[in-house]
Amino acid sequence: MSVDRVSGIGLAALALLVLEETWRQRLPLGSLANPGPAYFPGVLALLLLVAGVALSALAGAGPGVASLSWREWRHSVAIFAACMFCAVALERLGYRLTIFAALGFLVGVIEEKPVAATVVFAGALALGTFWLFDTLLRVPLPRGPFGL
Amino acid sequence: MLEVAQNLGLGFSVALSPAVLFYAFIGCVIGTLVGVLPGVGPLAGISLLLPATFGMDATRAIVMLAGIYYGAMYGGSTTSILMRIPGEAASVMTCIDGYAMARKGRAGAALAIAAVGSYVAGTASVVGLMVMAPPLAQWALRFGPPEQLALLLLGLLVLAYMSSGSMLKALAMAALGLLLGTVGIDQMTGYMRHAYGVVELGDGLGVVPVAVGLFGVAEILATAGAPTPPAVIRPRLSELLPSRQEWRDSAWPIGRGSVLGFLIGILPGSAHIIASFVSYAVEKRLSRRPQDFGHGAVAGVAGPESANNAATSGAFVPMLALGVPSGPIPAVMLAALMVHGVAPGPLLIHNQPALFWGFIASMYVGNVMLLILNLPLVGLFVNILRVPYPYLYPAILVFSILGVYAVNASVVDVWIMLVMGVLGYVLRKLDFETAPIVLGVVLAPLIELSLRQSLAMSDGRYSIFLEHRIAAALLAFGLALVLLNLYTFVRRGLDWRARLALAGKGDSS
Repeated sequence: MSVDRVSGIGLAALALLVLEETWRQRLPLGSLANPGPAYFPGVLALLLLVAGVALSALAGAGPGVASLSWREWRHSVAIFAACMFCAVALERLGYRLTIFAALGFLVGVIEEKPVAATVVFAGALALGTFWLFDTLLRVPLPRGPFGL
Repeated sequence: MLEVAQNLGLGFSVALSPAVLFYAFIGCVIGTLVGVLPGVGPLAGISLLLPATFGMDATRAIVMLAGIYYGAMYGGSTTSILMRIPGEAASVMTCIDGYAMARKGRAGAALAIAAVGSYVAGTASVVGLMVMAPPLAQWALRFGPPEQLALLLLGLLVLAYMSSGSMLKALAMAALGLLLGTVGIDQMTGYMRHAYGVVELGDGLGVVPVAVGLFGVAEILATAGAPTPPAVIRPRLSELLPSRQEWRDSAWPIGRGSVLGFLIGILPGSAHIIASFVSYAVEKRLSRRPQDFGHGAVAGVAGPESANNAATSGAFVPMLALGVPSGPIPAVMLAALMVHGVAPGPLLIHNQPALFWGFIASMYVGNVMLLILNLPLVGLFVNILRVPYPYLYPAILVFSILGVYAVNASVVDVWIMLVMGVLGYVLRKLDFETAPIVLGVVLAPLIELSLRQSLAMSDGRYSIFLEHRIAAALLAFGLALVLLNLYTFVRRGLDWRARLALAGKGDSS
């Protein structure tokens, strides 16, 4: 199956999901003359559905899904996991500890850089950005245990 | 004209006084810093520093706040070009070709073109502000909800029409962006939409997490693990300046971006963001080599950067001439003026000539200051590209998370950025452009509100869009674009059938 056909099906499925969610939430649709809160999302979901179906139907013999390269997926998953860790830990461990740990993982484990370089890099960036934003620009950043 | 010259003389006597010059400089420096750092946009910068201006006189306060505003516009391009992180939502379009230029070793040229384009646009639009403020402000006032809706729809259609790939794909992405823009509390009825019980989503999806996710995070996910990760670039001094050809290629885009940005900037809404999108689309369409766009076309940097800076000055037109802010940033600046007992409006020029003309003159001075400040920094900034990618991408991720978190101090925004990063990564693989999604997120609340306000005004009659002449003209233009695209599509299909028929004839003979 071609990439465009799969994309079209995906977009159409997303549109159906939005329509189902709009119906499930029982948002008032209103009328053409007086649109309710479900009107605009509904129209947009229908538009997306039409675009998805059209894309799928008009997809010619383009490159197939099998031709897509996902060789970097392990790296991408590891980076995404580090980002998820940041989102989960930011307000629990505090900014400095979270960023230090995430950078240590990315540079030391994923990129396999020397320990000393990893520690210096992670420490300097975690403390430096904290000083710049929190201390200098007065943008409050979360603190963790022991005020760290 | 003589009166304008005399008034400008009075303005320069105010703007060039050491104290005002000092505050303009401070504003420009802070603005550049605010623009360079992702997430901390001009609105946050101005709001944070507003209390600090309470002790100053009105002229110094407004000069400093304006310096932050256009300084942020200058600085926003830096991270877009070097790291593909839009420092400010208006810099999204600069990410595309600016980053591609940087990967080709032309980061210095891209930064210099962005700085010079911003300077030219900033200065030209100040002239526009000075000469045409009152009549333009009156014209902008004729833009009610029907006209605004027509303009926003036209903006979306122009973008889809002018995108290099399939119009269908661009429209699908715009529809997806608009759908994402409807998440949150409905402004008219208070219903929560598609929030899945997450209270923080009540305010909707922020433009910054969406833009940083779709551009910055998606880029890292796609390239960090590639078999050949981006190489370290060591720019030489001679490569820091644009070549003669690059100057030539960017001259008209800067001119067009300045005019377009100024005119769009006057109108209400997120004008500086829309101006940069429309400018990019126009440049792509007018270019002799549209295939270069997305791969490091200098016009793709010059146009949008000029447009977003020109829009900054344009936004001051209704604020100063009528006392009507055209967006959240002019609204904060209006509040700053009112705190100092100055009532903006038609009488401002007569009652406070020193403040009005001092402000105008300080914008000239500020633009020169920003150019002087930014051009030498080009050499410093491009050194970021010397950092090996295994160290550079974790640093970019940290700045993305930090910048996104800093906007609302909300982890939910970080999650939104991550989800958008994965979405952007997948969409890149499937050959979709992600810029229309960002535009959709910006425009959705504006489009919905203006549609419902228009219908409320007309008691539910859609004919209001035809009765208002500006709205009708804009919609007719949009319809013409759609028909033009359909015509091209049908003609291409007929050509294909004709070729097939000819080939069939050839085979049979």
